[in-house]
Amino acid sequence: MALLELDAVSKTFSQRRGGRAVQAVAGVSLAVGKGETLGLVGESGCGKSTLARLALKLVDVTDGRVRFDGVDVTGLTGRRMLPIRRRLQAVFQDPLASLNARMTIAEVMREPFDTHGVKLGAGLEARIRELLSFVGLENIDIQKLPGQFSGGQLQRIAIVRALALEPEIIVADEPTSALDPSIQAQIVNLMLQIQRKRGISYLIISHDLDVIGHVADRIAVMYLGTIIEQGTADEIMQRPLHPYTQALLSAAPTLAARRQVGWKRIMLSGDPPNPADVPSGCRFHPRCHLARDICRTNVPPLRAMPGTGQMVACHLAPDETARAGAEVGRDRRGLPLAG
Amino acid sequence: MILSVRDFAIGFQREGQNLVAVDGISFDVEAGETFVIIGESGSGKSLTGMSIAGLQPPTAFVSGSIRFKDREMLNRPDAELRKLRGPEIGLIYQDPLSSLNPVWPVGDQIAETLTAHGLADRAEANKRAVEMLERVRIPDPRRVASAYPHEISGGMRQRAMIAMALAANPSLLIADEPTTALDVTIKAQILELLADLKRELALTIILITHDMGVVAEVADRILVLYAGRIAEIGPADSIMLQPSHPYTAALMTSAMISQTPAKQELNAIVGGAPGLGAFPAGCRFHPRCPRAQDDCNTVEPPRRKFGAVELACHHPIEVAMSLQVARS
Ligand SMILES: Nc1ncnc2c1ncn2[C@@H]1O[C@H](COP(=O)(O)OP(=O)(O)OP(=O)(O)O)[C@@H](O)[C@H]1O
Ligand SMILES: Nc1ncnc2c1ncn2[C@@H]1O[C@H](COP(=O)(O)OP(=O)(O)O)[C@@H](O)[C@H]1O
Ligand code: SF4
Ligand code: SF4
Ligand SMILES: [Mg+2]
Ligand SMILES: [Mg+2]
Repeated sequence: MALLELDAVSKTFSQRRGGRAVQAVAGVSLAVGKGETLGLVGESGCGKSTLARLALKLVDVTDGRVRFDGVDVTGLTGRRMLPIRRRLQAVFQDPLASLNARMTIAEVMREPFDTHGVKLGAGLEARIRELLSFVGLENIDIQKLPGQFSGGQLQRIAIVRALALEPEIIVADEPTSALDPSIQAQIVNLMLQIQRKRGISYLIISHDLDVIGHVADRIAVMYLGTIIEQGTADEIMQRPLHPYTQALLSAAPTLAARRQVGWKRIMLSGDPPNPADVPSGCRFHPRCHLARDICRTNVPPLRAMPGTGQMVACHLAPDETARAGAEVGRDRRGLPLAG
Repeated sequence: MILSVRDFAIGFQREGQNLVAVDGISFDVEAGETFVIIGESGSGKSLTGMSIAGLQPPTAFVSGSIRFKDREMLNRPDAELRKLRGPEIGLIYQDPLSSLNPVWPVGDQIAETLTAHGLADRAEANKRAVEMLERVRIPDPRRVASAYPHEISGGMRQRAMIAMALAANPSLLIADEPTTALDVTIKAQILELLADLKRELALTIILITHDMGVVAEVADRILVLYAGRIAEIGPADSIMLQPSHPYTAALMTSAMISQTPAKQELNAIVGGAPGLGAFPAGCRFHPRCPRAQDDCNTVEPPRRKFGAVELACHHPIEVAMSLQVARS
């Protein structure tokens, strides 16, 4: 059974001043298994953070169900949600914004214990030190305010804080996007180590396919509030079948581009789409180089590809997309730097 | 050679102390190349880039020399520097929203860069603004010219800023993290655009970034800064594919995530970059360096030449080995 399950969830924001309602998430179903990492990728504004907030129950769904460990938690609020919150923690993109700037690190770290009534008495300080030592911060002055630490240090503090009560899953929204590459690597390693030691699950959200491709077991690709492709990380990275996933994968500049003769990028024209103005038929059709008449009128359902568990929402997959997918796909075994 | 930097240093006074941020760096930039400056956050990339355009913070002290087309840029009067920015040097930043004026239509802001320098009258400048928007591949440039910055998307704003930087036809473009705030798909569009414009307009580009994918795609030569010093400088292929300096090697392996097998730990650099005023003695990288030996703790490594590459390290990685390090 899945640990965290979103069943056809939608979220519509009504605009002030009579503007059009925005459907940020439109009928998404996802499941994260125990000990599994699900990566969610997509462009800015496609609804990733809204989905994370739905999963964390920080906002209420407009439609659909949220289940945690088999229990329907869609209607749970306040005190009744508290035991679930303890098992389900969050890490956000901007560590400085997500930690209370007026609380010392000591206060920030003890807050989860207080919220959930975990009384460690004299042992609390030792426990906080122990947690900080997991991320190499055993020697920091915990009486300082967040503003006095670097982004990388704060993100490590945010992660161990999320770990304080030994949750079963962490929902991480762009946990490394604001960081330098060397700090980003430290955070990625930390998350991998924690998973290896404790078998926790992650829902990791990012627009960086490099990071997602590295840490995820399964990947879901989001476009304009819907999932347009889903599969194992190997399937999605090596043989993406949706033209949008293919464009995302080939857009990211990498060292491979420098080396490969004849390397070609699938360029997406136009801007990321606007959820207040959803195109008819396939939502991706205005930017799709394969689009044809049926794409403008008929919504392609998310359907299983023959012989695999890969799910793709495209009228032409896999017959007309498989070749391009193999071309832009990447091996997840890692390439040597030189060669 | 279009730019020559010699013993350039910049620092700040804090609590009566002189804190040196960039500490005596020298390099040349050739006309027509894409010269990339990389290094961790705080290493001095932006201070160096801005100083080339004569835009150092007013509280900073500087020394050394920055010669752009045989003109000294350091300590040059502001009025003269302003004359160079636009017609000679164009600038783009990470966050276009903070550098575009929110209450002014985009087209007027582009036109202003021309009228301010007396390069065109109002009508001519407006026409040229629309042309520039078209040149940076903005669909419907006429409409966008009359739009306010918040009315267009992030990718379009970044293009508008490029149009503004290039309107007066400069020979040098300094781009500080121009794609960092952008989505991958838009990032790709901007990179291709810059590559095309560079060819069309015979530009020299100085690019500052910590995105190694971007570096891999566009760099001709690379300067690696660490704690205000040059670690390594040389042709992009050597620096990226066969780094000799331990810091460069570590930076490449930690940034090139897709080079490491999935789910395996990345080759992260231990610890954090030293802050201003806390640079270690000897080689500044020694507390984090896997190759450090006793001399590294006390003796600052001099800059030495190895073929086309110059680096400052007592114990550089030899080529055969650097392949191994990169692979492990
Ligand atoms: N409270 C709100 N009121 C109105 N619209 C909202 C609200 N929150 C989000 N939206 C809109 O819903 C869409 C999805 O937003 P969301 O923050 O989930 O995107 P995202 O995929 O996380 O993007 P990014 O990569 O930029 O973080 C956007 O168009 C956004 O403007
Ligand atoms: N106006 C300023 N006043 C004081 N210190 C500054 C100022 N600008 C930059 N610094 C310091 O100088 C160092 C280098 O800064 P910068 O060039 O912006 O780094 P980078 O662009 O490599 O991240 C940093 O330690 C930074 O905090
Ligand atoms: S359904 Fe049509 S428009 Fe949509 S992704 Fe497939 S080919 Fe492109
Ligand atoms: S000089 Fe020593 S400490 Fe510095 S990079 Fe070289 S080996 Fe490492
Ligand atoms: Mg978001
Ligand atoms: Mg900077």
